[in-house]
Amino acid sequence: MSDAIKAATLEYATRLGDDSVVLGHRISEWVSYGPFLEEDIAYGNVALDYIGRARMFYTYAAELANDGRTEDDFAYMRSDREYRNLLLMEMPKGDFAYSQVRQLFADVYYSLVLPELLKSKDETLSAIAAKGIKETKYHLRRSRDWVLRLGDGTEESHKRTQKAVDALWGYTHELFDMDETEQLLADAGIGVDVSKLHSAWHKQVSDILTEATLNVPDDGWAVRGGRTGYHTENLGHMLTEMQIVHRSHPGCQW
Amino acid sequence: MTKPTEKLELFEVFVRSKRGLDHKHVGSLHAEDHEQALEYARDCYTRRSEGVSLWVVKSSDICASQEDDADCFYDPNDDKPYRHATYYVLPEPVNNM
Repeated sequence: MSDAIKAATLEYATRLGDDSVVLGHRISEWVSYGPFLEEDIAYGNVALDYIGRARMFYTYAAELANDGRTEDDFAYMRSDREYRNLLLMEMPKGDFAYSQVRQLFADVYYSLVLPELLKSKDETLSAIAAKGIKETKYHLRRSRDWVLRLGDGTEESHKRTQKAVDALWGYTHELFDMDETEQLLADAGIGVDVSKLHSAWHKQVSDILTEATLNVPDDGWAVRGGRTGYHTENLGHMLTEMQIVHRSHPGCQW
Repeated sequence: MTKPTEKLELFEVFVRSKRGLDHKHVGSLHAEDHEQALEYARDCYTRRSEGVSLWVVKSSDICASQEDDADCFYDPNDDKPYRHATYYVLPEPVNNM
């Protein structure tokens, strides 16, 4: 592996780990606040899938960095400006409709990205994708179900779900941006060219929203910045809570 | 305020732990419909690799025997030992029943 590829792969694994840990944490905020016990347990399972995925990406990043850092350093010792997650993942959990709409957007995204990552020449990334594909198939089944139920449910649930779709739509464009790092890896057959997945994502999401009697928003506005460390104010608050124990008691074990 | 689960159906969950074994009743849960009940059964009852197959049945579809019927249902069988294979003396050559 050349130095340039190695550095890019480290950055890439970190980005994918950041996406997973941030979304996983947001989902975990529902634990004990779910609408009823069964959903509480089910959604908690999804959070665990994402946190498990983050661990795999971070462990690989730590291995590539080879500077003594561990997966914990990646998760707990970086500030919001060092995080490289997509903005969509860091948005606060909102109401249940909001979380399920974000989940649908993310799940459709991963159902397209992971099969591409599976083809990666990098064996570790490919292996992580293989595990993620099965998880995502189930996640998507759930979030699709919920968006259909809520969108085509009561007047109140329809209103809230449409509001969530409109509020989150502008954060979805960033999911398909490429930069030099990701282009280098895509050209090398290691990373995924996400720009090629946008139309498939738009089609799938639009079909589900339409079936749920929801409007597909216009692409009037777009927010970007997660991949360069320019986040919404929400990430800092989230990391403060997520990192407090580790930062207060470095190296603490139980 | 009504609890959210009051508007949901109750389902009974049966799990087959491995191929060749019977589905066993493991508990119940609330869900909107069969589809969602299957998903919750997966999340609530198989997260530690307990199963390879799931059944969910609406609890209201189960017709259960009543405690009051116990005397006429089961007691009459107590004095019919000839319904048990052990009642019969087996011929000598049959020694592995």
